[in-house]
Amino acid sequence: MTDKAALATAPVPGAAVGSDPWWIFPARLVGRRDEVEGVITLEMELLDPDVRARYRFLPGQFNMLYVHGVGECPISIASPSAHPERLSHTIRMVGQVTDALARQPVGSLIGLRGPFGSFWPVESARGRNLILVAGGIGLPPLRPVIEAAMARRRDFDRVVLVYGAKTVSDLLYTEAYETWREAGIETLITVDRADDRWRGERGLVPTVLKKLRLRGEGHVVFTCGPDAMMKFVVHECLASQIPESQVFVSLERNMVCAIGFCGHCQFGPDFICKDGPVLSYARVKRFFWQHGF
Amino acid sequence: MIETLELPKARFGDLIRRLKDRGYTVIGPTLGDGAIIYDEIGGVEDLPRGWIDEQDAGRYHLARSDRDYFFDFVVGPHSWKRYLFPPRLTLLRVTRTESDLRCEQPALQTAPGPMAFLGVRACELAAIDIQDAVFIGGPFVEQHYKLRRDQAFLVAVNCLRPGGTCFCVSMKTGPRAEKGFDLALTEFDDVFMVEVGTPAGRAMLDGFDLAAASTARRDEAETLLAAAARRMGRQLDTSDLPQLLLDRLEHPRWKEVAERCLSCTNCTMVCPTCFCSDVEEVDDLRLESSERVRVWDSCFSQAFSYVHGGTKRPNIHDRYRQWLTHKLATWHQQFGTSGCVGCGRCITWCPPGIDITEEVAAIRGTPVGETTL
Repeated sequence: MTDKAALATAPVPGAAVGSDPWWIFPARLVGRRDEVEGVITLEMELLDPDVRARYRFLPGQFNMLYVHGVGECPISIASPSAHPERLSHTIRMVGQVTDALARQPVGSLIGLRGPFGSFWPVESARGRNLILVAGGIGLPPLRPVIEAAMARRRDFDRVVLVYGAKTVSDLLYTEAYETWREAGIETLITVDRADDRWRGERGLVPTVLKKLRLRGEGHVVFTCGPDAMMKFVVHECLASQIPESQVFVSLERNMVCAIGFCGHCQFGPDFICKDGPVLSYARVKRFFWQHGF
Repeated sequence: MIETLELPKARFGDLIRRLKDRGYTVIGPTLGDGAIIYDEIGGVEDLPRGWIDEQDAGRYHLARSDRDYFFDFVVGPHSWKRYLFPPRLTLLRVTRTESDLRCEQPALQTAPGPMAFLGVRACELAAIDIQDAVFIGGPFVEQHYKLRRDQAFLVAVNCLRPGGTCFCVSMKTGPRAEKGFDLALTEFDDVFMVEVGTPAGRAMLDGFDLAAASTARRDEAETLLAAAARRMGRQLDTSDLPQLLLDRLEHPRWKEVAERCLSCTNCTMVCPTCFCSDVEEVDDLRLESSERVRVWDSCFSQAFSYVHGGTKRPNIHDRYRQWLTHKLATWHQQFGTSGCVGCGRCITWCPPGIDITEEVAAIRGTPVGETTL
């Protein structure tokens, strides 16, 4: 199935879960895992069995998670899109809502709207090298792509993940790296600072990417991480003659509504909530380097 | 051809009564807070008859006119978005129980019912059209807006006396109401010329038995409107404007205007097309029921672009540039039109009197080198 066909059969967010895109659906927390300092993963199931059965998403999309009496925030979906009945979200505690989410015990009810936004165009990498480049909390939005690539590994030539964090203790999903490698995902892990016991890469993500010497049209790159990291990654891709229409970034902006009404997430002509979060560099290049947008 | 009739001014009150008899709450211009605002109208006596407004950058003043026309002023600080997209509205009430989170939509149950807008200017018809594109023209439909919009009855008024900050001619939205109204009025000494825009407009005049407007009347209206078009208080050269602005994101004028801009958000509050909002979580003290309350927001606030750790537009020049480039450039890419209708409110209600037409002229006038990439 092409991505476009997948989108056509995927629910229009809101329509999937009711006629009002503001409508919040109760979800039960069924799992909770401490990942690294300040980061947790919450697993949840939509409470209503019919809603749960109809819910679908594509890798790269996000949900608005709601804590009663506190508010909502956008969080990307970190679990495989093949299993939309159980959703996981990896959350860094950086504000009121994320802090409140982290305080919810397993079994409690939170609210959910979604899925929203664009998706990683996995299909566009068929027959090519799929290069995933993540930094810090930018890995969770790419995890559904890793899962999809493992499930259909032969659709791609090389599949490479370059993932970096500040220190070894900041690395997410360390327990999964061997599984990914065994499934044919070249998994390169780098840290900025490490002691002598560290066997992986050292240095910044774009530097590790550069060492791979990827060249030309045979590559499709998906990147998510801090703005500064993505700028260097894009720069590296362009220097390697990877076409700008084959480089995709996932951008983050303030979001209130997720449906293009509130105006907060505008980035030049694009609404990050409905046109993004995943956008090709070709589309965003006018504003990508610009400060203050 | 549009049906054009004549309504004697003595019967203008009958039209307002008819609107009320048909179940409409009539909203129109009235004196309030030292300005002409939009509020519920009981009858012709509530209209600011014989008043004119004098407007300039950062200045609004009401004065008596030398004639007793009903609509000799232009637009004030209010716009119809106040009624279609209320400044504060409860989107959801969420109640928590042991086993559920239950949502209700109290604002849909307590919606105001059909509203008739009396005295909608051509620029405001254009503004409503633009907000239609934002709230009901995309993949998602804003139900609260749609409910109000579908039920609204629009009585337009052609502007014969443009204001000091008006530039609708530049934005090609006025001064003549061309479409989007149910009825459109052009005011003369003793009669209103009435143009019928829709079957609903025709039905509203059932039994009025109005005479058709004479050719001379229609010609006179055209003459008056052509004269009004020549007396715009401001002008804005829109030729190739979106590209021009996007090519000049590093123009020194952005920083220069930021030294005058207070980032007070007035321009966005009075703008009839600005649609940004925030949602507040307002809970009861027992934490059982919580309301999701939508409130108008502005790209001029620092919190507007806040993402964990910092704001994306920390400087006033970032925010002024965001507002202006959105309004006049990227809006075209988003919704197919400019986001500006030339109503002049942002000029009039800016405390230091920053003038969008003057800023654009300055940016157009002095090109600088390529922006950074």
